[in-house]
Amino acid sequence: MRLWLPLSIIAAWAFLAILNPMFSLTPDAIDLTNILSPPNLAHWLGQDELGRPVADRLISGAQTSFFVSLCVVALGVSLGGILGVSSAYLSGWVDAVFVRIVDVMLAFPGLLLAIALAGALGPGIGNVILALGIVGWVGYARLARGQVLALKHADHVLAAQAIGAPPWRIILRHLLPLIMAPLIVEASFGVAGAIIAEAGLSFLGLGVQPPAASWGA
Amino acid sequence: MTHFLVTRILSAMLALLGVICLVFLLIHIIPGDPVEVMLGESAQPTDKETLRHALGLDLPLHQQWWIYFNGLLHLDLGTSLFSGRAILDLLIERIPATLYLSLVSLVVAIGLALPLGLVAAVRQHTPLDYGAMGFALFGMSIPNFWMGPLLILVGALWLGWFPVSGQEGWNSVVLPALTLGTAMAAILARMIRSSVLEVLGEDFMRTAHAKGLSLTRAVLFHALPNALLPILTLLGLQLGGLLGGAVITETVFAWPGLGLLMIEAIQQRDYPVVQAAVLCISVTYIMVNLLTDLLYAWLDPRIQFTSD
Repeated sequence: MRLWLPLSIIAAWAFLAILNPMFSLTPDAIDLTNILSPPNLAHWLGQDELGRPVADRLISGAQTSFFVSLCVVALGVSLGGILGVSSAYLSGWVDAVFVRIVDVMLAFPGLLLAIALAGALGPGIGNVILALGIVGWVGYARLARGQVLALKHADHVLAAQAIGAPPWRIILRHLLPLIMAPLIVEASFGVAGAIIAEAGLSFLGLGVQPPAASWGA
Repeated sequence: MTHFLVTRILSAMLALLGVICLVFLLIHIIPGDPVEVMLGESAQPTDKETLRHALGLDLPLHQQWWIYFNGLLHLDLGTSLFSGRAILDLLIERIPATLYLSLVSLVVAIGLALPLGLVAAVRQHTPLDYGAMGFALFGMSIPNFWMGPLLILVGALWLGWFPVSGQEGWNSVVLPALTLGTAMAAILARMIRSSVLEVLGEDFMRTAHAKGLSLTRAVLFHALPNALLPILTLLGLQLGGLLGGAVITETVFAWPGLGLLMIEAIQQRDYPVVQAAVLCISVTYIMVNLLTDLLYAWLDPRIQFTSD
């Protein structure tokens, strides 16, 4: 019951986001005669300052927000996962340098770096994904590294080493599957964070460009 | 203790150096020609060359880095492309407003979170607890760019108690501080609750009850001080984040702080100012976290023993 409610809310939004081309929405239709009109039957949530239907913009904004946040998390998990696992497995100076780089990334307040990157790269969805991904991978990398450090001397890894499996095979076949669970948990929090971050960047004018809709713009 | 101090300060210095490098590289990740982006495509070739030379972008990368680093050592952050003023002056102008807002927000956050967290911990699994934690979830889920306009609507437009934006009278700080403070209080209250709950089960709490202390006294003077350490760390992180995360809130309220400076500079493509603002905020963040760690060691003698 406790899981059922949030899951159905997420499913409903995902459904709307994926299927929104079927609803013949008009999120960009400007109607200057009905600026800021209150909700009515034709426009369920009223109209914005350009007379565009708010409900339509909300639904097509869901598409942007979901797309961006999923891409950001996918980028972060794959980049962070690969780097973190490799660093922990290879250890030595590679690991030492890697830990320093992660420390530097964590020395920035997260959103600040994303804003600066998005500002430098220029506005646009692709650059928002890139900026948030660059900021976001660090957390996954640290998590993956910690997990591998704990697992790397496990018996099955030693056995794999003993029969001469190359490092990439051990990482892919014997380490990654075991650390997926904590990474997925972290990633699900990451999606929520990315949605808010994307909305924040779009609010500041660094995300999606008008007339496209997003939950922040 | 000295060992802990030295390693902690050294690692902060290293992070500082890394931050300087990243900020330096910021201007080089601009796609295409940064000079063209700053001046616009229709700029005269001679103007472009002048700017390129003024920014030192025609030199090899390591030389540019050295000039940048050398400038930082002499507190020379360059000049703004937009206003032509020294960037250091611009920063000094904006820092007090951000500092003021951060401190007031911190007070609001602690004022809200401390009673909520304490009550939730002492009355665990009662409606009071659920109410406080419900508020926390609420506060965490609301983005600042929605909370801000909502507070403007209610506090400034309907009630007319506070100015809509800017930094005018004494009361103009109330709405932005509430926006930032409630978001912080949400996370802080949860931390206080779990941290105090952990301490409540300790033997010395049973002793305190056994010798007849009132609940208030036992919680305030015996439980809270022992639960304070993780709370302090979080506060340090939050204060650091506040100085940077205030970008959105400062934009909503047109609060003349560092965050607004940075957004204005991004919009004007004034990249040297963006660099300086990011650097300034990040350095503050590192310093606040360093101070928190040192304070932590000073407050809890157990840390000193383990590090030696």
